[in-house]
Amino acid sequence: MAAPGTRSRTLISPAQLNRPRGKALYWTVFVVVVVAFTLVFLGPLYWMVTGGLKTTHEVVQSPPTLFPRQPRPGNYAKAWGDLGLARLLLNTVVYAFGALAFQLVLDVAAAYSLSKLRPVLGNLVLGMMLATLMVPATVLVVPQYLTVLDLPIIHQNLLNTPWAIWLPSVTNAFTIFLLKRFFDSIPGELLDAAAIDGAGPLRTLRSVVLPMSRPILAVVSIFAVVNVWKDFLWPLLTEPDPGRRTVNVGIYALSTGVTENEVIAALTIASVPTLVLFLLFQRNIMSGLTAGSLKG
Amino acid sequence: MNRAPFTTISRDPSPDGPASTAARARRKCDAPDGMGGQRDRAGLARWVRRNLTAHGFLIGSVLCFAFFSWYPMVREVILAFQKTRRGRTTWTGWRNLQQIVHDPAFWQAWRHTLEFTALALLLGFLAPFLVAIVLNEFRHGQGYLRALVYLPVMLPPVASVLLFKYFYDPGYGLFNNVLHTLHLPTSQWLQSTHTALLSVVIASTWMNMGSATLIYLAALQGIPGELYEAAELDGAGLLRRIWHVTIPQTRLVLSLMLLMQVIATMQVFTEPYLLTGGAGPQGSTTTVVYLIYQYAFNFNNYGAAAALGLVLLVVLAAFSGVYVRITRRGDD
Repeated sequence: MAAPGTRSRTLISPAQLNRPRGKALYWTVFVVVVVAFTLVFLGPLYWMVTGGLKTTHEVVQSPPTLFPRQPRPGNYAKAWGDLGLARLLLNTVVYAFGALAFQLVLDVAAAYSLSKLRPVLGNLVLGMMLATLMVPATVLVVPQYLTVLDLPIIHQNLLNTPWAIWLPSVTNAFTIFLLKRFFDSIPGELLDAAAIDGAGPLRTLRSVVLPMSRPILAVVSIFAVVNVWKDFLWPLLTEPDPGRRTVNVGIYALSTGVTENEVIAALTIASVPTLVLFLLFQRNIMSGLTAGSLKG
Repeated sequence: MNRAPFTTISRDPSPDGPASTAARARRKCDAPDGMGGQRDRAGLARWVRRNLTAHGFLIGSVLCFAFFSWYPMVREVILAFQKTRRGRTTWTGWRNLQQIVHDPAFWQAWRHTLEFTALALLLGFLAPFLVAIVLNEFRHGQGYLRALVYLPVMLPPVASVLLFKYFYDPGYGLFNNVLHTLHLPTSQWLQSTHTALLSVVIASTWMNMGSATLIYLAALQGIPGELYEAAELDGAGLLRRIWHVTIPQTRLVLSLMLLMQVIATMQVFTEPYLLTGGAGPQGSTTTVVYLIYQYAFNFNNYGAAAALGLVLLVVLAAFSGVYVRITRRGDD
């Protein structure tokens, strides 16, 4: 965003803001909003982190305590063991990064082909891919689930295997659309130059197109991982085996069997990976959102 | 450099092909200007090779789409008109549809879905826009505030939903405690048929409003400052500037987001499922998608589930069509 001095004016004019009354009002509103937002959006997280440190009795006490009276970090260790969080987290990491790998290889190749190699019927394929965006995801859950149970032609049952999450994640038409639109903006002369130097399509993709596409690849990758990490219904259906559950499904399934403070500690642990991802890649995530919004 | 193997590919079909093709090929070769024929064939070979490579790059993705997107789309329609009993599948025509329409849960689920959508729009559509307008005025701390609003979007849903479940608890929950300290009437939240749906909407807005807010902020930053200046010179107050400059300037994004939000909230599943087990007190949070889930995975009635899915699809498509037509007309 532009620096405070250089930004163009908004709803309220700078002159109005510089008057003493304007200044006072601005700072009042600002402080109120900062305090309110911190309470509303950070408050629950604070409650979660400290709730995991409280005793079974203290966590359900009314009124709640602001600080745990005797912090018990042991709750976290207990939650880690009782809920089998290591297993759940490992499963989710395998699903998420496998899906990322499949999307990066197959969707990038497809978008490159549709954008630069332009085969016959390429536009038809693109149209049919984009058409899937029109069909609400939940409508397809039942037939997709049946497909996973018995893959047509091959007759394989993918239930309880990572393939049930990896392969459907490739059918993300929006990812292909974003990638294709980015590849379209790469000038053809560059590719021609590579071809004259003797580079085949694969070499061109690797040495010319991909290095130029880092920003869009970052956006697509982050959303690929986050989508799998946040998904609930699909892994609930396709990975029902307790040893294969994701963090979301696993904690939900076990949450009624253990004490509240343990569940809350488990939730805190489950939230750490995506929060770290957010703090690291904040800039890419925010630019990715606006890339998505321009699609209309 | 590797032209030779591909000329053989293009020559391949001629021996097997019909005699006329082979004859024509031979005639071409025999022709005095044999160079022209060779160039043609080389061009064809290059074309074939180019297409083979291009389709080679496409094939993996296309297969995934075929198996997990296009085939299920067709299967959905077929399922809606079939019934499977004891392993035998038969065509039943419209009977699945009749069955779901006569289920009292059908109309109840639609009513809840529409109520949920209306409430979600009231909160989930207005709140991000207002927040974006306020944040856009700030000269300080915008990065912090934007990160705060987006934070819940990055949480795993199980974390945010279970947190809200604890907050909503009528006994020890945080919300009732706060209301009690402020001497306000407390509520049964998720456990009352009156407030269950609203409670789900509040939680869902908290979880999801981040993305919409950031998209609106980006749109607001694209409004030229001169427009506000001109409006101010014409004597427009704060509210009139919002009404006559901000909203018309962001109308495209607003109308698109409204459409996407309606489509998304009509498909709500995870939040009610996690918060109230799906049905809620006396079925007060049963939504259409939860009903689909029940048909398919609790009653093993895939036909009814597919039929209801088809109804949802038709309703959403009709809504989108009408909506796009209305907003288009506004452009003229």
